[in-house]
Amino acid sequence: MATITEAAPPAHPLRLSLRVLGNISPAFWTLVLLVVLWELAVQINQVPVYILPAPSRVAAEIIDYWPRLMINAGVTVSEILIGFGCAIAVGVPLAVLVTYSRVAERAIYPLIVASQTIPKVAIAPLLMAWFGYGLTPKIVIVVLLSFFPIVINSVVGLKASSAEMLYLAQSMGATPWQTFWKFRLPQALPYIFAGLKLATVLAVIGAVVAEFIGADRGLGYVIVVAGSSFNIARQFAAIIVISAIGMVFFVIIELLERLVVPWKNTAVVASE
Amino acid sequence: MNDMSMNVEAAAPVKPHIRISRVSKTFKGRKGDVHALSDIDLTIGRGEFVSVVGPSGCGKSTLLMLLSGLTPYSLGKIEVGEKLISSPNSDVGIVFQQDVLLEWRSALQNVLIQAEIRKAPLEAARERARELLKMVSLQDFENAYPKELSGGMRQRVSICRALLHKPPLLLMDEPFGALDAMTRDQLQLDLLRLCADNAMTVFFITHSISEAVFLSDRVVVMSPRPGRVERIIDIDLPRPRRLAMREDLKFTAYTRELTEIFKGLGVFREEV
Repeated sequence: MATITEAAPPAHPLRLSLRVLGNISPAFWTLVLLVVLWELAVQINQVPVYILPAPSRVAAEIIDYWPRLMINAGVTVSEILIGFGCAIAVGVPLAVLVTYSRVAERAIYPLIVASQTIPKVAIAPLLMAWFGYGLTPKIVIVVLLSFFPIVINSVVGLKASSAEMLYLAQSMGATPWQTFWKFRLPQALPYIFAGLKLATVLAVIGAVVAEFIGADRGLGYVIVVAGSSFNIARQFAAIIVISAIGMVFFVIIELLERLVVPWKNTAVVASE
Repeated sequence: MNDMSMNVEAAAPVKPHIRISRVSKTFKGRKGDVHALSDIDLTIGRGEFVSVVGPSGCGKSTLLMLLSGLTPYSLGKIEVGEKLISSPNSDVGIVFQQDVLLEWRSALQNVLIQAEIRKAPLEAARERARELLKMVSLQDFENAYPKELSGGMRQRVSICRALLHKPPLLLMDEPFGALDAMTRDQLQLDLLRLCADNAMTVFFITHSISEAVFLSDRVVVMSPRPGRVERIIDIDLPRPRRLAMREDLKFTAYTRELTEIFKGLGVFREEV
């Protein structure tokens, strides 16, 4: 008779994220230790503030400069979000096209893959020339950087349906529409989310690099301006805020995945 | 429990359920054509349980695919009921060796996909799905995800899915091939019980001689390359079948006969 050997834990997103946070704690203490060592090293050796400011100095800078940091962070975040949204809007439908059309697969897909050899940062100045110094070139760079993992993972995911599964759908008389929504797309979701998570990291990089090259606002701009006046503490302040944005962004996608793909994290197997 | 018995004479009326006439299948390969099936003739009565046994590469799975209409045949004619098979036949239930469960759906939802795709009334379908799951002792696992189920439980869910819409024809392609021996025995019993309760014709592919004898009214022996029907053997054993019957002389006489046929075909080689 069938019995469950272990009780299946409810796959509640909150509970799972708490478990992940629990695992983070040793890493957190390592980080604290490193920051303390940094502080001590700077204090003891009296490192000049224009070379390496102590963490306490950076923290003070974050507090002092908080309003300006937040205004610029808002600019960077909006570039990231709009660009990331566009990357999804372009990437996923393109993946569907490549999956369903042999012609598209052979005519477009190799070019997408080959285009990855172009260092996108190198074409950023070109984009500035074409689109000016406003929001547009930043968004274009974010899209260029982040859409590739979205496309590739979506294609792999959409093709992950086994021949048997598609036969099964056919034997039920499924329309192509039903086959897509009820079989292929859910099958692809874990892959798509893997792509999205990769893309979050690249989107942040894209936005900051674009701001390095030509901007009058944003955290990348803050770093460039602070650097030109040897304000290292402010540079660190901006870096920390950027990192925080990246982490929050990643965690949001991770939580979204747990909501949308809850079956991925239930791994308790019952036995006969 | 006497109504469980199905005898061949009563189950095979004048008009057969399946008529395969002079069917051949050739696959176009890179190194020329591959003759998978050659000149297959087979007639199956309504309600009959027919197993096809043969070594790998004898085209038995291909024959099943032709019957389902999922693969077109090259020559000949296949009729199922009144229908000439020329396109996917949605009047069947299919079970593959892989259970092909949808990981994102609970056991019950996996069975119900059959009704969703067919746009059948869901309330009645849910009731029937529950009944089916109960018949294979999975009533406590309706809400479990496939990941939480053992291999045998998964395959039972996939059998329930294949039966939800009361198909007149059940196609099974080595459904128990990936299971351990004990689970396999249990699933054979489960299948026989389901067959007794759901009047239907079963076309069952297997590698196992004893499995074929245990389940079937008739066993079709196929020889490899190109696949052809070598012999058809009537299994005259009473129903309901019991596990203990496998030790009966009559049973072992059948398995011995089949083994000898395969020896004659060069499938088994015994060194002296």
